[in-house]
Amino acid sequence: MSDKPLLQADGIAKRFGTVVALRSANLQVEPGEIHALLGANGAGKSTLVKALSGVHRPDAGSIRVNGELFDVRNPRIAAEAGLATVFQDPALIPDLTVEENLRLTNLPSEVVHDWLERMDLADVDFEAQIRDLPLPTLRLLDLARALARDPSLLMLDEITAALTADQAEHVFAVMEDRKSRGKSVLFITHRLGEVLRMCDRATVLRDGQDVEVCVPGEVGEAGLVQAMLGEVAKATPDESSALASLDEAPVALETIELRSGDEVRGVSFSLRAGEVLGVAALEDQGQDRLFELLSGDRRADAGEIILADGEALDARSPYDAVRKGVVLVPSDRLHALLPKRPIRENLTTPLYNKITKWFSLAGDEKQRVDSAIDRLSIDTRAGKQAGRLSGGNQQKVVVGRWLASGFRVLLCFDPTRGIDVGTKQQIYHLLRELADGGAAVLLYTSELAEIPLVCDRVLVLYDGEIVDEQPAVNATEQALLTAAHGISEEVA
Amino acid sequence: MSLESREEMVPDISQPRWTIWLSDHPLVVLGSVLVVLVLVTGVIEPNYLSVSGLRNTVLLAAPLGIMAGAQTILMLTGGIDLSVGMIATAAAYVAANQSPNGALIAITLGLLVGVAAGTVNGIGVGVFQVNPLIMTLAMSSILIGLFTALSFTVLQGSTTVNDFISTLGGGSFLGNRIPYNALVWTGVSLLIVYGLRYTGFGRLLYALGDNPVATRLAGVRSWQVLIVAYALAGLLAALAGILLAGRTGAVDLQLAVNFLLPSVAAAVIGGTSIFGGIGTYSGTVLGALILGVLATMLTFLNAGQAIQQIVYGSIVLGLAWLYARVTGVS
Repeated sequence: MSDKPLLQADGIAKRFGTVVALRSANLQVEPGEIHALLGANGAGKSTLVKALSGVHRPDAGSIRVNGELFDVRNPRIAAEAGLATVFQDPALIPDLTVEENLRLTNLPSEVVHDWLERMDLADVDFEAQIRDLPLPTLRLLDLARALARDPSLLMLDEITAALTADQAEHVFAVMEDRKSRGKSVLFITHRLGEVLRMCDRATVLRDGQDVEVCVPGEVGEAGLVQAMLGEVAKATPDESSALASLDEAPVALETIELRSGDEVRGVSFSLRAGEVLGVAALEDQGQDRLFELLSGDRRADAGEIILADGEALDARSPYDAVRKGVVLVPSDRLHALLPKRPIRENLTTPLYNKITKWFSLAGDEKQRVDSAIDRLSIDTRAGKQAGRLSGGNQQKVVVGRWLASGFRVLLCFDPTRGIDVGTKQQIYHLLRELADGGAAVLLYTSELAEIPLVCDRVLVLYDGEIVDEQPAVNATEQALLTAAHGISEEVA
Repeated sequence: MSLESREEMVPDISQPRWTIWLSDHPLVVLGSVLVVLVLVTGVIEPNYLSVSGLRNTVLLAAPLGIMAGAQTILMLTGGIDLSVGMIATAAAYVAANQSPNGALIAITLGLLVGVAAGTVNGIGVGVFQVNPLIMTLAMSSILIGLFTALSFTVLQGSTTVNDFISTLGGGSFLGNRIPYNALVWTGVSLLIVYGLRYTGFGRLLYALGDNPVATRLAGVRSWQVLIVAYALAGLLAALAGILLAGRTGAVDLQLAVNFLLPSVAAAVIGGTSIFGGIGTYSGTVLGALILGVLATMLTFLNAGQAIQQIVYGSIVLGLAWLYARVTGVS
């Protein structure tokens, strides 16, 4: 390592309105280093990256690149300093084509194309509109665009969260490649396995300041978690109470040969009260559509959804599903949150979805709100605007609105995407608890390793069909992955 | 380095207290602006600081405030009503025409015109998902055409309102101290403030403006909320038009046309976001009063219509900037 760090950020502070996002964060990245930036949700990781990218101008602190002081007040200066960033949300204009987006940044499309080729994405149509491309492709496009600048520091904000395993491997290869050329990478992720495997050092943020700089290989996963949470983290969630008696439990929701376009092709399964039923699938195997059908967001072409009392759920809008107690926690929190409204109003919106409830407020509104906040231990400090809460707390609010209004079947679509370890455990713990209380939970998660921890049974969806079903206890990541790839293989 | 010593080194970068306090109490800022404006006007024209001077301001502000109530309700949903001016005019026209049949019939029919036009707006926006700007602009245009034609045919006849309406819109009580229209405005204000804060419908207006997708997923049928919201807005605009007709005594097709921009301005000054989800009617009431005082002040200064428009525009811009600063939305 040279005597001067590649990047030295000192005392970076940033607040938004009354909320302090970064108190005083320090970060040093050496040349030729893959450096992890870790922290629970709301610790300030993204804010720090945005400060280093010229998106947010810090209120205090200094940024030095190769010892030279930079006032990174806009993205152009960050680029001049050799910093390039792939943000959490794609930084591409949806209505323009790939080519047009590249032209905006003044980058030669050949270079970008070379990089895409190296990531197995050579077939991306440069004339396609961004809005028509899947999210993983957009992340990799953003990455290729950042790489085309040949930055001395590449900052990746949770890039792997939306990627499939093989796509993530490409990203890791790129990171190794940067390192071998003496360039550096700042890597943000919630997946500690990736940190242990890829990163030379890690800086841990907590409550807007850096609390530890360590070598991940030395402290191990437990050490990282402890630094992030500031207390000894609970081990795994409760062992799933794999109930033998579930077979006798009443069916809460049953689908018969459900079909919708090419996405869902004859799906039949039954979900029992008291059960957490997992759905495992690779990207785009029809799980999105399946959840849309179940939540009343879209009507099926054929097939039936039957509820507990033998009644068919033929929902024309989410209202019909919600009224019958079938409720959705969508993958994207932005689809379920009222960011400008207080937590309380977020939690109580479903209470007023009938015209007869329009004329007053629910008399027990406060109790419902308090008990949901309490049960989920939602951090209400930034409660005047839900949008100011950290990602994990926002997700709790989204789950909480159904706790406050009541439901029978909870559909959870990847509820823990991009959420820190502690909150993740709380959410799984809660799902388990709800099921034990008699609710039925259908859970799709992209993190296969977590299925045995929370589910009773798991369905594997492949190309719009259920190809496998097994008790969750046996559902190792390996077994699920094999099934999810549509490979029929007897699990020995 | 231990964690504890770290904490002590952290500089306190929290916002100055007073800005936090102000951002939590925007009405205090607006109230202060209002008081300062009244005093400045009093300096310009000492007679203004009297019962009759202040009464005139309220008399001016009441119809505007009610129309801005329509605008507030819709802006909360992320919408807007560009037809308030024409709805008000149409309602006033019908009320004047029916005045010989008695105040009750005149007012009822006038209000019905507003509800009908508003409901059509609501169906367009809520059911057919027409952009509110387009829907209400079209409604405004249709009403102009319709009433131009009707004024030569069916609505030929009385263009003056009867005594009850002119007392309600222009008269005062308690020794000519308190305008009747202020009484109406107070009642309307209480209803709107209560409705927005303490009813499920009010909650849904905010929710819809903040995030329509989330509101739909919560099982809310947005079209229902929108139809009722636009119908209410039509009702309020019609009421404002009838009060206005009472003040002027006679109606023509230009009656309330100039109220459209001030109605939006009053809501914006009062802190309602045109993007939806944020705002209160108390803020709008202060906004309408501020505009009322300003109009009076500019009259005392003998400023022409042109100057008034420039001042309106500048104030709206300045406040929008201030809100962005204080609420910290960067």
